[in-house]
Amino acid sequence: MTAPGIIGAHEAGLTGCTLCGHVAPAGTRHCARCGARLHPVDLRSLQRVWAWWLAGLICYVPANLYPMLRTSTLVGTQTNTIAGGALELAEHGSWVVAAIVFIASIMIPIGKFAAIAYLSLAVARERGPGGHRQLRLYEVVDFIGRWSMIDVFVVAILSSLVQLGFVASIHPGPAAVAFAMSVAFTMLSAQSFDSRLIWRVPAVPSSAASGRAVPGEAQPADAGPKPSIS
Amino acid sequence: MCVQNASIPKAAAPGDMIACPECDALLRAVPLGPTERARCPRCGSLLVSPRVRSFLQVVALAFTALILMMAAVFFPFLGIAAHGLSHESSVIEVALAFSDGWLAPLSVAVLAVIVGLPMLRFCAIIYVLWPLANGRPAWPKARAAFRLAEGLTPWSMAEIFIVGTAVALVKIGGLATISIGPAFWAFCGLVIVTTLKNAFMSRWSIWAALERS
Ligand SMILES: [Zn+2]
Ligand SMILES: [Zn+2]
Repeated sequence: MTAPGIIGAHEAGLTGCTLCGHVAPAGTRHCARCGARLHPVDLRSLQRVWAWWLAGLICYVPANLYPMLRTSTLVGTQTNTIAGGALELAEHGSWVVAAIVFIASIMIPIGKFAAIAYLSLAVARERGPGGHRQLRLYEVVDFIGRWSMIDVFVVAILSSLVQLGFVASIHPGPAAVAFAMSVAFTMLSAQSFDSRLIWRVPAVPSSAASGRAVPGEAQPADAGPKPSIS
Repeated sequence: MCVQNASIPKAAAPGDMIACPECDALLRAVPLGPTERARCPRCGSLLVSPRVRSFLQVVALAFTALILMMAAVFFPFLGIAAHGLSHESSVIEVALAFSDGWLAPLSVAVLAVIVGLPMLRFCAIIYVLWPLANGRPAWPKARAAFRLAEGLTPWSMAEIFIVGTAVALVKIGGLATISIGPAFWAFCGLVIVTTLKNAFMSRWSIWAALERS
């Protein structure tokens, strides 16, 4: 799966900048080009991933148990949880919107917890460089997670707009805060995940490693793989 | 595509090499034409996007987005009427929906992700690119400003807010008469302008220009 002849910067005793791509000798603290903090490709970064992941999961429980909305109308007061809101839309026949709410508030959060856990466990097993599939999964998780905020915005718009006194009024429930925190924490968890770990070559005994990067060995100036240009 | 064996000696000048930010592949930096794009041969992520629009055009779009945001904040956003009663909300009032009791911090957070952080991001981009667009050296702390703009990208949620608005309108559409204010259209314009701006912004050429200046 790995293209032949391509090595990671960490295997050559260098650290790459995850913001701008500049390389510096390992141990350099700040990128000389963009000034960002440089992080070595290290399994210890997974600790932060797991910490945010757990915080997000803890918040996700009350987000589903408590009401998201409290609606008062002439006929009485009604509360809706996240799942209840999606079900109600489906009962009214708004299938597309029900699907959006169901995907954004239920499928994406659960899928994200599973995907981050899978990626973190997979790279921690130290088998060897991974491949395209894992990176695609990470890119999807990183891109899609913020869309779960849709439900929080819906609650905000409904509760600010529907203020018609005794006829109808909508108020936010405690689940809105718990859900927003859960989304923010899982976003931080995904951002803390270092996708370079997917291609990391596990630490090997020094005798085996010496074949990869030999200090001081002269190379022609144009050595090394080039980016594919189109 | 030419891929050669890459056992890079430690003595090699790191300035000639780049590391893929996604997968850490060590690649040789090659000069590119303005319309060329470079992808990582190992993971396929886009390393250098083509620079088809000038910095000045990106500044213009960021400035447009800033003005649209002002309109979105100050004009009426949505109105509702039913049974002779009516109510109007601005974007600020939408964010303040959580302002009573212990939900209040969520109001601050919502206001930040739909108004505050996008505006901060536009300002940072204008601050970084305005001197560069005029061929002058970058202003102080320009690198920190662009790092900030990059870090704020996932937390600017204007487009998600618009989808949320659409969902909310469907939810109450059958129960009341909805009026859509100018702020709603300003917000839609803002999302389009922001998308264009992000597409035109070549991060690689901005870092390169900041490095030179
Ligand atoms: Zn950098
Ligand atoms: Zn790559």
